[in-house]
Amino acid sequence: MSSGEILLEAKGLEIHFGGVVAADNVNIQIAEGRNLAIIGPNGAGKTTFLNICTGYVKPASGHVYFRGREVTRRSPREITRLGVARAFQIPQLFAEHTALENLLIAASARQRRWNPFERLSSIPERAEMERLLDLVNCSDVADRLVNELPEGQRKLIDIAVALALKPKLLLMDEPTSGVASSEKYGVMDILVQALAEAEVTAVFVEHDMGIVEKYADKVAVWSAGQIQLEGTPAEILEHPDVIENVIGEEV
Amino acid sequence: MTLRRVVPLLLLVLIVLLPVIAPWSKIVLTLALAKGLAVLGIVVLLQAGQVSFGHALFFAVSAYAAAFLGQAFAGGELISMLLIGVAASLVIGLLVGLFVVRYRYIFFGMLNLAFSMIFYSILEKFYYLTGGADGMQVARPSVLGIEMERDPFETLLFYGGMVLAILVAYGVHRFLQSPLGNMMKTIKTNETRLEYLGVSARSTLLAGYVLSALLCGLGGSIMAVAQGIVTPEYAYWIRSGELVFIAILGGAGSVSGAFVGALVYEVVRTYAAAFAADYWQMILGFFLLGIILYASRGLVGLYDSVLQRFERKEDRP
Repeated sequence: MSSGEILLEAKGLEIHFGGVVAADNVNIQIAEGRNLAIIGPNGAGKTTFLNICTGYVKPASGHVYFRGREVTRRSPREITRLGVARAFQIPQLFAEHTALENLLIAASARQRRWNPFERLSSIPERAEMERLLDLVNCSDVADRLVNELPEGQRKLIDIAVALALKPKLLLMDEPTSGVASSEKYGVMDILVQALAEAEVTAVFVEHDMGIVEKYADKVAVWSAGQIQLEGTPAEILEHPDVIENVIGEEV
Repeated sequence: MTLRRVVPLLLLVLIVLLPVIAPWSKIVLTLALAKGLAVLGIVVLLQAGQVSFGHALFFAVSAYAAAFLGQAFAGGELISMLLIGVAASLVIGLLVGLFVVRYRYIFFGMLNLAFSMIFYSILEKFYYLTGGADGMQVARPSVLGIEMERDPFETLLFYGGMVLAILVAYGVHRFLQSPLGNMMKTIKTNETRLEYLGVSARSTLLAGYVLSALLCGLGGSIMAVAQGIVTPEYAYWIRSGELVFIAILGGAGSVSGAFVGALVYEVVRTYAAAFAADYWQMILGFFLLGIILYASRGLVGLYDSVLQRFERKEDRP
């Protein structure tokens, strides 16, 4: 995968919720092809950062650029259209649709299929979506309603829905939470391979340092709304502050 | 052919033949058809999880538009009256829709109610234009320039309406299976995700809303021509409630349920009113209570489960 182009850039983001500082002068660059892991204690502002980047929360001040274009005050819809997709900590799926239908709806959104007489089940992207579902190991449940599925599979389908949009950047909030710990690495293997295949750069919030070490190209440590440290997984996970404040808490 | 297909087909044939065997049934069936089309509009919105208590607005807008056209051109012509009615409901549907799709659930329902009652008041108060509470006469229109006697006109209206309803029902059925129709359904389950797919939930709901207004309008103008009179009652909240009632009765969310519900409702209403003038509404009330408690998928759902039981018996060796 080519790397180098700055996909997302945040400059001087600030936001407070009451007395809680969720972003305090956050500056970060996310380069294409370099998967970024965001770590830090609960309440450090990790999810808020994702919320700002996708337009769900408007920062009090500061700017967000996606491929050089300012997107700070745009809606989630517009930012999605530019090529930023999102997967959620709690999977956000269409409960009354099957797994495959969830993906077909995403593909229709991407292709803007507004023809009222076209059938969702036979759109041209169907084969592509079936492949995508296969990629996340869920083709056996393609025809099951998503709310009947276990959390781990819902999580994967949520990510597949985001991938169906063919984004340049995918923001994931704890992709392996809710997945049984014995399956976490398996899930991440599938995921990282799927991302590489689709040439998608990922940003993921993660609490499991083993996962961070194995799958991230770069790590940013969040604390009290600020980025304390940035570096490669090896640099960060050996850092005494991180061992004390972040990893220590996890243990 | 399976039993599942045979029974609805037989029912359809029976309805088509009924006016031949019993000419008195023609007008009741036409009214049921008109209401069924309007109920279809409610069914479309129910797919998005939204209930409107004001859709009689579009029913009335269309009916009055047809009536005005009829009065303006000495009797008028059927096809143009239906077209102008539908066009009027489409325009008003778009205007009201732009406003109400910003709201959901109880607010959505009540705002629709408010709009319909505003229109009701206008119809009542602007006496010199609308005839007030007395309404407006709708003379029997010509059909493509041909003047018709009452009986052949009613026959044409019924069979023409029937063909139209079948085409429209098929169209709505296809819409609900389309990507757009499915996106509309996701307004009920996860609007946030829909926005995160880059799709505007409001625009999606607006598309469904305009379609539902159009369907109510089609029903309204057929009703106006069939009854020969339009009154402010067309826009009254009880009429809106009736449409929702029929949608639940027939089976919320089912295209065929809209027509089955309307047929049963209209027959019960017409004949129960004759035999039980004082308490027929109570009978309908208990009927609805029974449906909600024991057959939440309505008459169509009831039919489905009866058939399933039957098919299971057949499967047994």
